[in-house]
Amino acid sequence: MARKVKSVHEVLESREFKHLVARRWRVSSILSILLFAIYYGYILLIGYNKKLLMREIGNSTTLGIPLGVSVIVLSWVLTVIYVFWANKSYDPEVQRLKDHLKE
Amino acid sequence: MPTAIPMQTTLGSPTASAIFFFFAIVSITLFITYWAAKRTKTTKEFYAAGRKISAAQNGLALAGDYMSAASFLGIAGMVALKGYDGMIYATGWLVGWPALMFLIAGPLRNLGKFTFADVVSFRLRQKPVRIASAIGGILTVLFYTIAQMVGSGNLIKLMFGIPYEWAVVIVGGVMLVYVLFGGMLATTWVQIIKACLLLFGVSVMAIIVLAKFDFNPGNLYYAVTQSSETVSGVTARVGRKALEPGGLVTSPIDAISLGLALMFGLLGLPHILQRFFTVRDAKAARISVLYATGCIGYFYCIIPIVGFGACALVGRDVIAHFDKGGNMAAPLLAEVLGGTPFLGFIAAVAFATILAVVAGLTLAGASAYSHDVYVHVIKRGKATEQEAVATAKKATVVFGICAILLGILFKGQNVAFMVGLAFAIACSANFPALLLSILWKRFTTAGAVCAILVGAFLSVGMIIVSPTVWGDVFGHKGPDGKPIGLIALKNPAIVSMTASFVAGWLVSLVTKEQRAEDLFENEKLRTYLGVGAE
Repeated sequence: MARKVKSVHEVLESREFKHLVARRWRVSSILSILLFAIYYGYILLIGYNKKLLMREIGNSTTLGIPLGVSVIVLSWVLTVIYVFWANKSYDPEVQRLKDHLKE
Repeated sequence: MPTAIPMQTTLGSPTASAIFFFFAIVSITLFITYWAAKRTKTTKEFYAAGRKISAAQNGLALAGDYMSAASFLGIAGMVALKGYDGMIYATGWLVGWPALMFLIAGPLRNLGKFTFADVVSFRLRQKPVRIASAIGGILTVLFYTIAQMVGSGNLIKLMFGIPYEWAVVIVGGVMLVYVLFGGMLATTWVQIIKACLLLFGVSVMAIIVLAKFDFNPGNLYYAVTQSSETVSGVTARVGRKALEPGGLVTSPIDAISLGLALMFGLLGLPHILQRFFTVRDAKAARISVLYATGCIGYFYCIIPIVGFGACALVGRDVIAHFDKGGNMAAPLLAEVLGGTPFLGFIAAVAFATILAVVAGLTLAGASAYSHDVYVHVIKRGKATEQEAVATAKKATVVFGICAILLGILFKGQNVAFMVGLAFAIACSANFPALLLSILWKRFTTAGAVCAILVGAFLSVGMIIVSPTVWGDVFGHKGPDGKPIGLIALKNPAIVSMTASFVAGWLVSLVTKEQRAEDLFENEKLRTYLGVGAE
């Protein structure tokens, strides 16, 4: 099947390309906002509600310890989500648009 | 005050095992440099290892670049002496990595060639933007290097008993050999080896610590609360306060500002950004950030175990006796856990850590001069391959010698603020220009130059008048004896980063640059699809 070859300008103006760029930044923004919420949520909790972090949850362990660890783990989980999205959704779309450019 | 040496230790004297591990690491890395030197002829090989580094290798090397001796020994020590506050501090060091991935990893790889200035100047006028980026880049690298050199001189003196000046000269000399002959390829492999050794060493320590407490962290925390410490002559139990937030986050605005500096500073560190040009494409760049975030996250999760272990098994008095800042907590714990051989191993790992980080910084500093200033400004982009490589090597030697001299010059200074300064400049000067150039069509040459200069000078200026430098370093004390500054803010990021964005935005609005706007459309094809990427 002969594929329709598009000019650079056509690709840039195409709805698919604009969608791709918009979606890329939407995903990035959402994940960045989540990252901010997780990290600054933790910092503000320390600043304004130390009591909560001091609460003992079992043998000598304070609630603050698992909270600190989960900030690190959740940040990493966000990067996993991004990579998963980019590999599954972004890259195939990039490849499709690039194929349009090829002769 | 502890009068007698409270513990028998070989720390501070060059033992056979320490010397053995030290020479083993240096010989292996020099052998790699010899191997890499044969594969390092062109600029692409010197700056970017021929773009043949795999995602996993680059991920480990990124982790190696970031996990400095300061974070290994410093955070372990902070947890040992200050308890939970050290953990809060550790979380801040990780959160920049996801942001790096979401905001710039892909576009950076697609647009750049050797330095982040390639990306900023992509569609703008080369000369002014390159010069401004080189100023931001070199300032960042320089302050980071001084902190590393002074820290390394002190650590090596404490661990091996070598005089400070000799320690600085050895670090400077060995890393100069890596970078000069092996370029990015050797530097990358030194980082990989160091990252593996560091992760291995810290894991072994954490496992042995946990084994001593029946693999129940609760037992470890209990032992921490039961350990004793001496404060102004009174010995008492450490108590539960070790597991609760203390004085680190007293002013939320300072904490937010520090968080911004740590998060976005990473996105402006030239030696980290340069690593993205060593992989094949944007996908590999993305996967390498995933590996790096995993390694670094794991590292910061288990470092507190080492710190708490040192508090419980070595004791705060002994740790503070060797170094008030607590930097010797991890080495002392290693000796308690595995005797002199394990101490020797950990000491050698710390040494390798310092070497690798300084090598990465030197390469980034040399690239900023030789690629951005020499090739693009002095030679107007018309330097031959030989000229470019020769200049890169000369710049490496000059930067290496400067690092050694500055390390000796700053002997005995408290340089912790210099790392803060490096991050503040990185997030206020380099990051805003980088992000705006990728995202905003109307960004102009004048806007970029203003954003970089406003961010760089405002952050340096604000740190000089902050309580950390004005009070601690210049000795201005308030009526209550606490260090004071002309401003209350300890970390300028919240102001200086915002100011940089505003400056870049306002100046771009009043200086229209038609050519840059036209090029933006074509740049998009490269930014998002990777068409035409190096």
